[in-house]
Order: sequence, then C-alpha cells, then structure tokens
Amino acid sequence: MGFPVVMRRRGRGVNRRPFRFAARRAILAGMYSQALNHQDTTGSGAEDPRFQARIDAEDRIEPNDAMPDGYRRTLIRQISQHAHSEVVGMLPEGNWITRAPSLRRKAALLAKVQDEGGHGLYLYAAAETLGVSREELVDQLLSGRAKYSSIFNYPTLSWADIGAIGWLVDGAAIMNQIPLCRCSFGPYARAMIRICKEESFHQRQGYEIMLTLCRGTAEQKAMAQDALDRWWWPCLMMFGPPDTQSNHSDSSMRWKIKRFANDALRQKFVDATVPQGHYLGLTFPDPDLHFDEAEGHWRFGAIDWDEFRRVLAGDGPCNKERLDARRKAHEDGAWVRAAAVAYAAKERAR
Amino acid sequence: MMPLWEVFIRSRNGLAHKHVGSVHAADATMALQAARDVYTRRGEGLSIWVVPSVAITASDPADRDTLFEPTGSKIYRHPTFYQVPDDVGHM
Repeated sequence: MGFPVVMRRRGRGVNRRPFRFAARRAILAGMYSQALNHQDTTGSGAEDPRFQARIDAEDRIEPNDAMPDGYRRTLIRQISQHAHSEVVGMLPEGNWITRAPSLRRKAALLAKVQDEGGHGLYLYAAAETLGVSREELVDQLLSGRAKYSSIFNYPTLSWADIGAIGWLVDGAAIMNQIPLCRCSFGPYARAMIRICKEESFHQRQGYEIMLTLCRGTAEQKAMAQDALDRWWWPCLMMFGPPDTQSNHSDSSMRWKIKRFANDALRQKFVDATVPQGHYLGLTFPDPDLHFDEAEGHWRFGAIDWDEFRRVLAGDGPCNKERLDARRKAHEDGAWVRAAAVAYAAKERAR
Repeated sequence: MMPLWEVFIRSRNGLAHKHVGSVHAADATMALQAARDVYTRRGEGLSIWVVPSVAITASDPADRDTLFEPTGSKIYRHPTFYQVPDDVGHM
C-alpha cells in the first residue's frame, strides 16, 4: 500500500517540510498505542490551513506527506479497526466451512473467508504506512484495546446465517465501503477499491443461498426467515450510532475520510435491501417498517442502541469466543513465525 | 519482527510491474508465497516482484517543488510548442 519503511528511515534526515513533524516519527508507535482509545480532541484550530486546503481541493494525502496528528490518529484507528473486523469476521463463517451443504457452497465459502483474510492484510498494510507496526496492531486486538465491528459478536446458528451474512452483512459493508474508495488518504482508498471489487461476489453468493432456501421446503424457508430475524437489527447497527451521537463524524467528514453520515448510509442500505427481502418472500422483523411514498424511502423502527453499546463494550453473545479464538490462533502460530525467522537468519549467515 | 516487502505485479505481458501493496515475511521465498496468496486470488498477475521495503529510497514530498516544478516552464519539451504549417500535413 505504500512505503512505510522509507517513512521510518526518513524522519531522521532532511527536515525541510513545513509542518515540522519529522522529528516525532520515532515516538509514533508508542504514542498511538496510548492515543487510540481516547477521543480525538483535534479540530481545535491548531492545524496548518494548507492541509485542509489540499483536502478541499480533493488532493490525495500519501504516507510521507505532512498531516495533522488527529488525521493520522483517526486513520490509524479506523483502518486498524476495519482490518480487525475483516480478520475476526472470518470466524463466524469459518464455523460453517466443514458443514457447507455442497462442494459448490463449500468452495465459495472458503474463497470468501480467504478474501476476508486478504482484506485484513491489505488494511493492516495501509495502517502501517502511517507509522504504526503490525505487532502493535495485532496486540491492540488481542489485548482487547482495539474494537472491531460489533456484528461479528453474533453467532452463526444455522447454514441460513451464512446466506444472511453474505446478503446483509456484506451488503451493509459495501454500502459503507464504496464511499471509502474516495477517502482522502491514498493507501486506504486504494485498499478499498480492491476490497469493493471482491466484496460484490460475497453479497451475491449470500443472496443466492437465501434464494435457494426460500424456494426450498417450508423448513428451509423458515431457516432463512429465522436468520433474517436475528441479523436484521445488528446489521442496521453496523453503520454506527446516529449522527446526533457519533463522536468522530465531524472531523472525519471535514478531512474527507468519511463522505456520508451514518444515518444516510443506513437509510440507503434499508432502501436497497427491503425490496430484495420481499423478493425472497421474507418478512422483516420490524412492525414499523413502511414505505414513505412522499420521500421514496423505507422507514424503519427504533434501533436498540443499548444492545449496540453492550455488544461493543464486550458483552455480546460471542465476544469472548471471538477473542479467545484469535488469541489461540496467534499463540499457536508463534512457533511457525519463530522458525521462519530463524531459518531466514541461518540462510543469510551462509 | 517480520521484515516488510513491497509487492509489484505484472498483470499481463507487455505491461510493467506495478506496485500493489506490501507483505510481512521472514525471507524472499515466503514473501513471494504471501504476495501470491494475498494479491493474486483472481488472476491479477503473471509475474510478481517482492522487494525489501528498506531497499527503497523515496523522494521527500517536501522536495516536490525543487524536484519537479522546474519542468513546468519547459514547455518547449512538448511537440505542441512548435508551429508547423497545416500544409505540411501530419507530423
């Protein structure tokens, strides 16, 4: 995604840049590990106006460019949380790989989970261009300091959940991610372009699973309905808190990291998805859902934000299971990493 | 700590290798393998280069004007700078 190491090597040398931040490179990693979980206090007017002028002119910011600390911090937090979400997101679906109903479904699910691993890696690499190390990012996830999307703390109870995840979770993710392809930070935007191209298959394979179930036996259709009933509300929460309660929206919009507000994206998702659900012959678990003729939107009922906060804070159905699985995978892989490094050192010494 | 490698892929013969991203790997062989797994799941390439990131020296964005601005005034380097009568035909 960029040339992070070059950035680290620079720092020490030429210091002709106008924003005088080259000298702080050395302490970046430590600083961010502290800063990530605190709310940004940027936007106080301390920034160089030339930076905002570049953003306003739709210029892309690249890793070695001068940038305000808050911009860097916000991006590290957002990109790494996004990466963690991809990696943790492999777990609910991985649960069904060995039990997929056919070889075709199994091959597709394997490919989808591999994509998610790849997406996590593109994103970690993009975050690293900002001066944070991979080890630090992984540690933030495993120690529970970093967050990931709350959706992956829900269990996959039946095969229909794999359909619902592809159709709804990936559908919501695409809605969120398409505007990120135009994010002001180059490496993030480039990673998102790649990811969006690949996600389209995820959503279509999910919808195909739902369609097959809905055209099957009564029991199969009931499975699909049950999956929709359980996943619908958590999917609406994926877009984040309402605009009135969102902590990071203002500066992110100003910096063009984010292009649309949470509520607008959520509405766009509902408008796109409700007709797809009706085509399947399914009912959305929302008695207040209705079409607003005047505005041309599907209006939905109140979202249980207490549940969202509970799950995000660690009290969801699978939070512990997900983190335990990641920690075990990391620990079980430790000897492989150590062996590879030792072998490389030995080869170099020859 | 795993070294970082920059990955370049030639999407088809006749085109140059293009930077696509980075991977961490203990050595060049594993970096190639990781690059293949991470960046070519859909026939994106016919050839991969992996380069240790530390081997790349980049220009400083702050030097952009010093390095690149001088060419801005050298419009005589472009063919359209020169007048050729229409009668001469395409040149």
